[in-house]
Amino acid sequence: MPRYVMVIDVEKCIGCMACVIACKKENNVPEEHFRTRVVEEVRGEFPSLRMELRSELCNHCEEAPCIDACPTRASHRAKDGTVQIDRKKCIGCKACILACPYDARYSHPKGYADKCSFCEHRLKEGKKPACVETCLGKSRIFGDLEDSNSEVAELLRKYDSSVRLEFAGTRPRVFYIKKKFAGGL
Amino acid sequence: MSITRRDFLKIAAVTGGVAAASTPVVKSVLALGKKPVSLPQYVPTTCEMCFWRCGVIAKVVDGKVVKLDGNPLHPNSRGKLCARGHGGIGLLYDSDRLKTPLINTGSRGEAKFKKASWDEALGYVADRMQKIKEKYGAESVGLLTHGTVSTYFMHLLQAFGSPNFAMPSFALCRGARGVAFELTFGEDVGNPERLDLQNSKAIVLIGSHLGENAHNSQCQEFAEAVGKGATVIVLDPRFSTAAGKAKYWLPIKPTTDLAILLAWINIIINEGLYDKDYVAKYTTGFNEVSQAVKEYTPEWAEKETEIPAGRIVETARVLGKNKPNVLIHPGRHTAWYSDNVQRQRAVAILTAILGAYGRPGGIYLNPKKKLEPVFLSDKDYPEPQKPAINKGNYPFAGEEGVTHAIVKATLTEDPYPIKAWFITGTNIMKAMPNQRDTLNAVQRLDLLVAVDMMPYDGVMLADVVLPECTYLERHDDFFTVKERSFGISFRQPVVQPMYDTKPGWWIAKELGKRLGLEEYFPWNTFDDFLKAKAEAWGIDYAELAQKGYIDFPESAKPYLSQGEDYKFKTTSGKIELYSNELKKHGFDPIPKYTKHEQPSEGWFRLIYGRAPVHTFSRTTNNPSLWELMEENVAWINAKVAKRMGLKHGDYIVLVNQDGVKSNKVRAKVTERIRPDCIYLVHGFCSTSKLLHRAYLRGADDQQLITKYAIDPISGSVGMRVNFVKITKEV
Repeated sequence: MPRYVMVIDVEKCIGCMACVIACKKENNVPEEHFRTRVVEEVRGEFPSLRMELRSELCNHCEEAPCIDACPTRASHRAKDGTVQIDRKKCIGCKACILACPYDARYSHPKGYADKCSFCEHRLKEGKKPACVETCLGKSRIFGDLEDSNSEVAELLRKYDSSVRLEFAGTRPRVFYIKKKFAGGL
Repeated sequence: MSITRRDFLKIAAVTGGVAAASTPVVKSVLALGKKPVSLPQYVPTTCEMCFWRCGVIAKVVDGKVVKLDGNPLHPNSRGKLCARGHGGIGLLYDSDRLKTPLINTGSRGEAKFKKASWDEALGYVADRMQKIKEKYGAESVGLLTHGTVSTYFMHLLQAFGSPNFAMPSFALCRGARGVAFELTFGEDVGNPERLDLQNSKAIVLIGSHLGENAHNSQCQEFAEAVGKGATVIVLDPRFSTAAGKAKYWLPIKPTTDLAILLAWINIIINEGLYDKDYVAKYTTGFNEVSQAVKEYTPEWAEKETEIPAGRIVETARVLGKNKPNVLIHPGRHTAWYSDNVQRQRAVAILTAILGAYGRPGGIYLNPKKKLEPVFLSDKDYPEPQKPAINKGNYPFAGEEGVTHAIVKATLTEDPYPIKAWFITGTNIMKAMPNQRDTLNAVQRLDLLVAVDMMPYDGVMLADVVLPECTYLERHDDFFTVKERSFGISFRQPVVQPMYDTKPGWWIAKELGKRLGLEEYFPWNTFDDFLKAKAEAWGIDYAELAQKGYIDFPESAKPYLSQGEDYKFKTTSGKIELYSNELKKHGFDPIPKYTKHEQPSEGWFRLIYGRAPVHTFSRTTNNPSLWELMEENVAWINAKVAKRMGLKHGDYIVLVNQDGVKSNKVRAKVTERIRPDCIYLVHGFCSTSKLLHRAYLRGADDQQLITKYAIDPISGSVGMRVNFVKITKEV
């Protein structure tokens, strides 16, 4: 079984937002909703500043609170290890939306919960997720961690990585690497 | 560029031209009694959401464009698109699009439009053009134009007998840079710029905010260089996204960029950090430059720029240490002050002494391939009876013309009246400074015709509106791409034109017919013209339609080889550090520092720039992009805001030195800007009621740019010379 992960090389994100809209178009995400976002975090005071641009999306957690919270098993772990939602089983109770510590889910106007699927349909065609495909900075890197020759495996071997809200114990599959950080005066 | 197997499969699946109306379906699914699944079709074309013109592959399902992706074969996109490129779907399906020809039945600019047939609208325009020609001469018809549509309307205008066209892209944008590089190296740095960013070890960005400027391939290479550990030096009064990637952010006092450039040149020469062999072999005027920059010491520059002298020396040494693999980004929008060409000349001189032109990581050389031009017709244009006014009195104004020369001649009728304007593909209200001048000039016209896709502010002023279909619905002329190698990019309709809209070439041809100029359009469809052109160039048209891009890899010659005798296209054949051309016309042959007016207490310099999700004012109503950024915000330094009692998100109004008030705009209270500046993203606050999303959203920087400073060398317009104060009344 593959273990799909996304590695985000924070330094290479140039905040172009191509991922955000590519995702929307690829997945026909309804107005006012997004499956991914780019967060800007600024520290310091003028003129000694540093800034981080961070892509955020569903973490496809190994210990997924959304799956635990789902009363109908609509939120489930797919065979490829990713966390998916079966729309037909979803009753729109929003428990998963509240359970997710990452604010990665939203309620689709058609009544079901929705979120990043790692572009499951594209993976089946041998393509990368839409956000990865179009990422101008190649800041988003996707692959199978089970394959020790994959780029993601190599990056996680080579660099320190972190996950969002590690203390939540969800064991995310989206990893952030910072090779170095040079910024500010 | 290597092509992966997957890329090959993708290409193999693409079709040439409009996706078939009846999309093939998977029959086996039908047999199971399930809903038939439409197979997507993939059509390659060329983007025009901005001027970068990336290769696009459109995914079409059931005659509807559902996704746009980057063409992996095209060097400007490399399989990726920026937000705007993906958002092209929003333009295509924007319900606010111009749908039929319109004729204004009210007074000039009243926008009391009635729907008209193409025949009626074109007849109306042709009739008035003929009357103006009879009374004032053909030269009295002017054209303000931008983008692909320019090809056809510049052709029509010249066939009609007028030389008076102007593109905002020159004087209001990258003109000064082009002139400076032509004077120094004998040619401009290209469009897209020939920057070898991916191999740069040190990168200087002077106000260029890559990332926020989503120039696709340039952003890709910038991120790659950052990832490889290039030292980035950013000169910007604002902590841009790029500054966030920089080892050195130098929050320079606006107007003083030339001071730091001259100080850098001085230090690099003084400390012997320049490329001695390169300078000796390829340049002239080095001694004059070394003498001239002596006065520009780091200590002097510190007083001007407010950047500590130690930082200036340190960064100069970074450049010297990494030479020749350094890129001093030549910029693009360089219409800042009255000395734009001289500032850009300093960039060119610095590039040259570091040996970075024609070297890895610097500016690469033009590819070696030339195709004989194939014109829209072989017939010569008639000789204009009067001298062209479109270049003003600027000795180095470019072939693209100078927009304010057209505005001025229209206002003053000197040397002769301009009585008609065509505005094609440009929003004159948002592109040109001093809106009052523009509106007054418009009132003096006998005819104003707009050709565009959306009812932009400028379109609303027109007597006749001719709706062009979008880039996804039309053919256009081949795009020649001068990347590292030469290539040809193709635009073809992905879907049929919606509504009663027409391609630019069709509109120009039909108008030409009615003006008795049919001989200038000797083809029936544009497809016919393109096929003939492809044949003349020896290109397989079917292959081009199928791939969207054809590359000529053997044309690449990016770098000077060791000791190569290279002749630059200047008069001397060398890189002219000292410019005899400028001297001849009475200008400083070596840049000299000039001081500019600074805002007094309580006033701020208005600076402006780009957001990655919008192109000028052209996308603010695009539903896909509007959602990502509905309006702009005014960036204000946090300490200043605190002093003024302003909170993040408060609505404010900006008032400029001439008492012009902006629309209400939210304050972005941030540490990321100098206390003496206010920053707006350009292009917001449309005044067109027909743009229901963009109408009066945010503040219009151009409205506040009532004052401008003209560079006497090129006619480039300095637009960062306006001061604003903040009022809380809304």
